[in-house]
Amino acid sequence: MTPASQKAVEPTIEIENLKTYFFTRSGVVKSVDGVSYSVAPGEILGIVGESGSGKTVTGMSIMGLVEKPGRIVEGSIRFKGEEIANASERRLRQLRGGAISMVFQDATTALNPVLRVDTQMVETLRAHKKISRREALKTAEEMLARVGIPTPEKRLKSYPHEFSGGMRQRVSIAMALLNDPDLIIADEPTTALDVTVQAQVLLETQKLCREKGTSLIWVTHDLTVVAGLADKVCVMYAGRIVESGSVDDILDNPQHPYTIGLIGSIPSSNTRGRKLQQIEGTTPSLLNIKPGCAFRERCWRATSACQEEPPESSFGPGRTVRCFHPCLDGEQYESAGLNA
Amino acid sequence: MRSPETALAAHPLVRLKNVSKKFTRELDLAARLAQKLGVDINEETVHAVNGINLDIHKGEVVGLVGESGCGKSTLGRVVSGLLPASTGEIEFDGETIDSAASCKRPKDLALRIQMIFQDPYASLNPRMRVGEIISEAPRVHRIVPPKELSAYVDRVMEQCGLDPAYKSRYPHQFSGGQRQRIAIARTLAVKADFIVCDEIVSALDVSIQAQILNLLLDLKQELDLTTLFISHDLGVVEHVSDRVAIMYLGRMVEFAPTEMLFSNPQHPYTRSLLEEVPSLDKRNMSYSAIEGEIPSPFDPPPGCQFHPRCPFATAECRTVAPELQVLESGHTFACHHPQGEIAESQ
Repeated sequence: MTPASQKAVEPTIEIENLKTYFFTRSGVVKSVDGVSYSVAPGEILGIVGESGSGKTVTGMSIMGLVEKPGRIVEGSIRFKGEEIANASERRLRQLRGGAISMVFQDATTALNPVLRVDTQMVETLRAHKKISRREALKTAEEMLARVGIPTPEKRLKSYPHEFSGGMRQRVSIAMALLNDPDLIIADEPTTALDVTVQAQVLLETQKLCREKGTSLIWVTHDLTVVAGLADKVCVMYAGRIVESGSVDDILDNPQHPYTIGLIGSIPSSNTRGRKLQQIEGTTPSLLNIKPGCAFRERCWRATSACQEEPPESSFGPGRTVRCFHPCLDGEQYESAGLNA
Repeated sequence: MRSPETALAAHPLVRLKNVSKKFTRELDLAARLAQKLGVDINEETVHAVNGINLDIHKGEVVGLVGESGCGKSTLGRVVSGLLPASTGEIEFDGETIDSAASCKRPKDLALRIQMIFQDPYASLNPRMRVGEIISEAPRVHRIVPPKELSAYVDRVMEQCGLDPAYKSRYPHQFSGGQRQRIAIARTLAVKADFIVCDEIVSALDVSIQAQILNLLLDLKQELDLTTLFISHDLGVVEHVSDRVAIMYLGRMVEFAPTEMLFSNPQHPYTRSLLEEVPSLDKRNMSYSAIEGEIPSPFDPPPGCQFHPRCPFATAECRTVAPELQVLESGHTFACHHPQGEIAESQ
């Protein structure tokens, strides 16, 4: 179905100017407001943002899981060249769990508590492929072994509550991988896990993506996880991507004041006994948000120019910043006199 | 660094002596009947906290780290007096306040020990106004004269970065970070000098987390607060703590001044924990996770409890539980095969 005439590697997913709004009784919530990005095969994209920045809704929009009163009002989502924004429910059902799969934050609610793991996994497989039950069970067993679950033949017969938190998240990752998806959207899958378990899950996911050329979108609030995992990063704030680029670009040479503040907020060994470079104020409510730069009320560089919507400026391949006053060349908080 | 040497000289503000907490799952009727009939069924006991000795000095922040289920929150609740200890003693300011025999604390001492919880959405009464939440305890305990109460609450709110104009609002009108400020103000209002913080920043966004950590640092310097800071986030603990204790399955496996623990960890568990902490400097890393999972606390492994997951385990570790060793530097650990560099004098 894909045109073979493209020169470069065709991205697995390409999103352009996506707008997903929620029309609530008290007003319009612009959860995703003009987001564009693309992920190539085998590439890992980290989407970083705080609560309410629209990072989850972006993923939900791709999967066609946005429910009323929300809908995609504008923009395109091209999956391997096929337009799937506002695609028919029938087409989306074919894609979900097949070519595109999702791993949710809370595996306890993502798995069906009254069905055994084998039932759920076989169902997922047979919904997309014509294979026998026995073959499906074999694939399921192999998949559990691959995500590092010991004695998979026994564990297949377990119910979700019989697994520990880390194991349960692995089961849901195994289920997401069952049909060899081209794209996995992982929505904070390790946030509820301990460091040791998180490391195990990250290890398995990273390995699988590199081996099979699966594209991965990793949605998280944790920049440190993205640092160890992703190839490129989009930083979201109030429904917009404020900065994007490779991991090294974003972490070593951040230019948007919000990214700089976010990095300064992370405690580490270097900050011991000193105050963190905090961002003042709180994340804005997205309800009836005012036009202009959404970060301006918390920004130390804001001027009257920021009353208008800053355009996205590009600095080379895949590197964008959406700010009137980007901090160029390592200009840091100190210069702004905000480092109390 | 705030010199721990000088602090160590004085007597500790809080001293835990061999504190343990057991939870027993009672048998149901059927099981009791079966037991009467001679079936081999026993009550299941979890040693959530097992023989903890810990000194916390005035003005110090002690970090308490461990995976979920290691007993760190239970220990916090025992210290703050919400749960009685099963065995052991707790001393506060030189006086024994809890022992196995009695855990009725004198009121003035009980007030000086306060706790802040993880979820600021659950720990504030949704039907009380913020002013009432903060002023209730000082009013009941007559900490300030009734006439000065209102001004007192204003002052405490300002101290915590809250606008006193918000006094008549309800908790749901505040964001998560502001609610955590309200919870902090509530503990300060009773003039607490020892605060148990149980995962107080884990539910907050990164930028808000930084604000709360900065507030704690300010308050510590201003009021000379002593804190037991419980968290699973090693980055946060390293940032705030003077000394750090690592717990595993109810026992303390390592305890040392922060710099020492992070630069020269002795216990293999601590080492692997530290390796797995994601940080901004670790790019495109290949993770090397600890094998396996925490064993069930109902049936902990014999000997050193970490041995099933430990790459250095020997026959000794499978049978003999290691004792806590204390190095001269104050570095404490429980391991037969410590991995870090140990000073020659040992």
